[in-house]
Amino acid sequence: MELGPYILLASLEGAVTAAVLALTAVGLSLVFGVMRVVNIAHGEFFMLGAVIAWWVANSIGGPPAMGFAAALVIAPLVVGTIAAAADMTILKRLEYDPERTIVATIGLLYILQQLTLMTYGPDARPVEAPFNQRLALPWIGRTETGWEMYYPWGLSTTTYKLAVIGAAAAVLGGVWAMMARTRIGLLMRATQADRDMALAFGIPVEKVYALVFGIGAGLAALAAVLIVPIQQAHYLMGADPLLLSFIVVIIGGLGSLPGTVVAAILIGLSDGIISVFFSPTLAKILATLLVGLVLVFRPNGLFGTRAP
Amino acid sequence: MTRQTARILALHGGLLAVLFAAQFVLPAYHHGNLARIMVLASYAIGYNILFGYTGLLSLGHALFFAAGMYAMGLGIQYGGLSPAPAFLAGVVAGALISGALALLALRTTGVAFMIVTLMFAQAGYLTILYFGEYTRGDEGFVIQTAQRMLWGINLSDPVNRYFAAFGLFAISLSLSLWMVRAPFGRVLVAIRENEDRVQMLGYDTYVHKLGAMVVSGTISAAAGAAYGLLFGYAGASFASVQYSIFPLLWVLLGGAGTVLGPFIGTLFMFYLIDLSSGVTTAYMLIAGVVLVALTLFAPQGLAGEVRRRVWRGLP
Repeated sequence: MELGPYILLASLEGAVTAAVLALTAVGLSLVFGVMRVVNIAHGEFFMLGAVIAWWVANSIGGPPAMGFAAALVIAPLVVGTIAAAADMTILKRLEYDPERTIVATIGLLYILQQLTLMTYGPDARPVEAPFNQRLALPWIGRTETGWEMYYPWGLSTTTYKLAVIGAAAAVLGGVWAMMARTRIGLLMRATQADRDMALAFGIPVEKVYALVFGIGAGLAALAAVLIVPIQQAHYLMGADPLLLSFIVVIIGGLGSLPGTVVAAILIGLSDGIISVFFSPTLAKILATLLVGLVLVFRPNGLFGTRAP
Repeated sequence: MTRQTARILALHGGLLAVLFAAQFVLPAYHHGNLARIMVLASYAIGYNILFGYTGLLSLGHALFFAAGMYAMGLGIQYGGLSPAPAFLAGVVAGALISGALALLALRTTGVAFMIVTLMFAQAGYLTILYFGEYTRGDEGFVIQTAQRMLWGINLSDPVNRYFAAFGLFAISLSLSLWMVRAPFGRVLVAIRENEDRVQMLGYDTYVHKLGAMVVSGTISAAAGAAYGLLFGYAGASFASVQYSIFPLLWVLLGGAGTVLGPFIGTLFMFYLIDLSSGVTTAYMLIAGVVLVALTLFAPQGLAGEVRRRVWRGLP
């Protein structure tokens, strides 16, 4: 394959990564923005989403589309409920102290991960995609007979991957609409702006917190359900989404939702293209160093305006 | 010498005397465990200086532990060093790396400091994997018995190993006890309690925090180098996030900001995991549950509870 089609393929793969990453990172960003809690267990909520999707799809049986559709509803709900329960039993009692909540969510990370290992086991298991049509893509290039449109070998995507991108965009639109247009979104923004004032105005801040923590985890679980037909479910799969979400949230500006989406697209696309040229380990080293240095020199994130 | 000082010396000296005497009575299995615990407790003591006394929560101490271990291990493996200079190389590597990271990370505070240290430690771990040709990555490499002869003493022999671990632990414990009672350590505690006020009193808090991080990183690196040397193995898993979480766990359990806390926490956690690994392979579950329970119910830790209830002067 020539370079042009190769880069197109890499950016298509990158767009799928970006879509899933945007969902996961928006969940993390929402929790940080409203609650000021750095949720280290976010990657494990992602993993739980994938594992529950496998479990639901497997126990329902029937055509793959039915199991998948059920998983799409059940997994985020279950994970969101678990997260909300964790918020009410653990984080609330820590009074959302930033440092203690980090330690507690590290503990939560190990609890969720190891419980999954004990019940689900160490195997990676796939969920069948509801539809998976291969689409060959055309490319315009110079051939012996001049400029011509042709189908290079290996340049293709699947209907499912396109659907993932579409679904992620729709959900992100939904999150934006919820934050900007609904009453609960208003309550969340009020809590984010000034917790004490919100409390004084009779906003049930604790309930808002539990809801936000649940929605944040549910978004990660939803992203995992979308990706699990492409990437298998495994009990250690939470580490990479956690790291990437951190990178995205920090580069996009802590707690800023539009910045997070822009950064997710940027990182997802460049991840696809960079991994064409560099080894994955080197790419990860550069990415982690970048996050560290951005935090040191631009603590508000590259696009952030507010103090964190 | 005041009565207070006498009591403190008696308590800490007493622990060292008990540990010294323990090797003559302990069965072989626990004898080996205790040697390991003393090395790991030295790591926790290093961590405690930054976290417990200065109030800076680092999530990247595995970087220093691994720096000591790998500078020592690679020095022996490829540099042909003998154990003493290799150990020194590990300590120096730890001092340099913690100094460099401190220069960057101390520009941030609170949550940002935690994430910056986490990220740089992760970059260090990935770097070890990237140079897998030399470091053997996750698989690690064994340091042969013949390479572990220190001045004609075989460090792989259990008795010598216990003595070496005891020596490291005794030095770390005494250093930590002396430091927190010296003016430098007093300023660190003051920074933990109220940094703005310390600054207003005319102290250079940045230099003190820098010093605390270098001392902390250097002790951690010494523990890492000793661990590799005494147990004959260096592997990338010692640089992973898990090994940054462990000292936090030990210190929290034993009591952050107490001299004895790191040892107590390491001892308890080691045996908790040792006993539970007989029941399940998912032993990190215990670590997770203990972490959550500690943050919820006993943020002071065991020695912290003793300080609160029994003896307020416990250093």
